Amino acid sequence: MIMATIIGMAIVTMVPRFIPAFIMEKISLRPWLNRWLNAIPFAALGALVFPGIMTVIPEQPWIGLLGGLTATIIALFNLNVIFAVVGAILTVFLLTM
Amino acid sequence: MGNIETAVNYSEEQTRYTAVKKGAVAGFPIFLGYLPIAIAYGVLAKQSGLTTFETTMMSVLVFAGAAQFMAANMMAQGALFLQIVVATFVLNFRHFVMSMSFMNKIRTLPLRWKFGLSLGLTDETFTVSSLNGEESKKQHGMYFFASLILVAYFSWVFGSFLGAIIGDALPTTLSDSMGIALYAMFIGLLVPSVKKEWRVGIIAIAAMLINYILMEQVGLEVGWAIVVSTILASFLGIMLLKEEEA
Repeated sequence: MIMATIIGMAIVTMVPRFIPAFIMEKISLRPWLNRWLNAIPFAALGALVFPGIMTVIPEQPWIGLLGGLTATIIALFNLNVIFAVVGAILTVFLLTM
Repeated sequence: MGNIETAVNYSEEQTRYTAVKKGAVAGFPIFLGYLPIAIAYGVLAKQSGLTTFETTMMSVLVFAGAAQFMAANMMAQGALFLQIVVATFVLNFRHFVMSMSFMNKIRTLPLRWKFGLSLGLTDETFTVSSLNGEESKKQHGMYFFASLILVAYFSWVFGSFLGAIIGDALPTTLSDSMGIALYAMFIGLLVPSVKKEWRVGIIAIAAMLINYILMEQVGLEVGWAIVVSTILASFLGIMLLKEEEA
């Protein structure tokens, strides 16, 4: 039964992923639609970060926020993303010690 | 081969090997971010009563972090097949919106490549690929994206397997701290884009606020909240973005 559930999950995850490959093959877009689709990565980044980042340590939302602040400051220096990741992990680790 | 290759105008010529290598480098932060989270998933799934094989196969077949955590939790609570599948659909539907955006960006690639790449779209592979969208216009560009996705996929599957066999061996403070990794990666991707073009920052902040209102005030499920806030905030792009900001 668990394998059946996993296969069901796989199908409902795969189908929404691949349908756009066929939709976008057929239609050519007006410029405003292009601008809309180009904005989606930035909107998604925002929605993925907040408010979820406050649940890193659920009882102490400010720890996640401070980790995010560290990542923001490191990223402002145009360093590789890895440094922002390591800096944020260290921040949270030190604050929860 | 040479005849076909020279007929197309690439923005940059590169060997297949260069494209694969660049994709792996771009995917490496995802590799690092996925590994601890995949291990945590493996531990949780095992505790929820899944076998090592089932735990690993879920990562192989589903490849969607949040949904897998949720499913493992629901299985532990004895949820039914249909409940888990419907909840997975809701939580992962945001990939439909992301895939629309990404498929538009790589529209010059052959359909079989677009199909294959679409199956590997996650929040992380989508955002990193999109911010490297210009690779699709370079020679062997599809190998860049395939390599990026496979590096992330390998990390996810391998980490899940590792978590399932080692069990709860990581110290809790360390695994808790690792929970910030992917958020930090998203921030690390967003900030340089905002520095280059402040308007994309407005779109991102609007999405954060809408998402906050939908989740905390309206009480919408997290899956729908992310879908709705992504769509609404990206509409701002119609007014704010210029054509070349692809």
